[in-house]
Amino acid sequence: MTDAEFADVWLVMPLFNEAEVVGDVIRSALETFGHIVAVDDGSRDDSAQVAADAGAVVVRHPINLGQGAALQTGFDFALQHGARWVVTFDADGQHQVSDAAEMIRLGRDEDLAIVLGSRFLDERTEASLLKRIVLRGAVWFTNATTGLRLTDAHNGLRVLRRDAALQIDLQQARMAHASEIISQIAATRLPYREYPVHVLYTEYSRKKGQSLLNSVNIVVELIFK
Amino acid sequence: MWIKVLLLIAIVLIAFALTRATLGARHVALRRLLLGVFVLGAALSVLFPNALTTVANAVGVGRGTDLLVYALVISFLSYVATSYRRTSQLTRELTVVAREVALLRSELEYRNLHNSSTSQPQPLRHMDEQG
Repeated sequence: MTDAEFADVWLVMPLFNEAEVVGDVIRSALETFGHIVAVDDGSRDDSAQVAADAGAVVVRHPINLGQGAALQTGFDFALQHGARWVVTFDADGQHQVSDAAEMIRLGRDEDLAIVLGSRFLDERTEASLLKRIVLRGAVWFTNATTGLRLTDAHNGLRVLRRDAALQIDLQQARMAHASEIISQIAATRLPYREYPVHVLYTEYSRKKGQSLLNSVNIVVELIFK
Repeated sequence: MWIKVLLLIAIVLIAFALTRATLGARHVALRRLLLGVFVLGAALSVLFPNALTTVANAVGVGRGTDLLVYALVISFLSYVATSYRRTSQLTRELTVVAREVALLRSELEYRNLHNSSTSQPQPLRHMDEQG
């Protein structure tokens, strides 16, 4: 049963080799949100089929382009189909549907164009010390370069109102898209807020998640555009 | 003596290969000029190794061979840099094309699926800026 409250909301879900879990993630999200576009980024497993069977609209990249490109494709599709609100939501089950719903409500109630999930506004999320240090470093870099005041720069759960989403044009196809999306959000000068979310680091997401070594890639990509 | 012949042949081959590479129109002329200097310098250094040492001494380097190594390091680094730039440029263009393909294909599938639905696709950007 889908909430009429969220009829104008589209979930954008980049998809890359997540066949194991994406079906359940989509089914549980569909209980709240009516529209999900899963952007299959050239998965080698049957992620796209699983997502389609679970009820998502699937857009398939013909080759692997990176998560930034997948997000941009999802934005384009959702906006083309009349989305008022766009939510970026990970396919591996680390985000909570209830958090996304609350972030939309906050955006509506407070007339915010952007609501960003943060792991560090409360103590619910458990991350290793090293991960915390790297993420803090990323936050410091982001705040220094964008002028925003954030506590978590690399959180995949974001809510964008249509006017904000229309101004996003991600060029960094690979790792650095998380920083790029934040700097483009800053450039819109639209009202934003952070919202405390719970990120679930399951055995599965830990196995699949970004290695901390990837932060080297991110820094290189940011400097040598 | 054979080494001189082999080196000269290698230089000519590399020069030929470089002229085949495509690049933006304005850079091409500059690149060809540099290439000419490079070919000439390389050939001269093979034919007159002592002259290279003289040049090296003039700029404060002990042997001509060392000067050659420095020049090699510089040109290799600039090669790495330019090829990195070109690769990322190509990737960017490829991304645009592939995303376009994905969206067009999904649009077709989506319309077939939702033929009876009332949701009409809306034009993107430019035409419906809000707020």
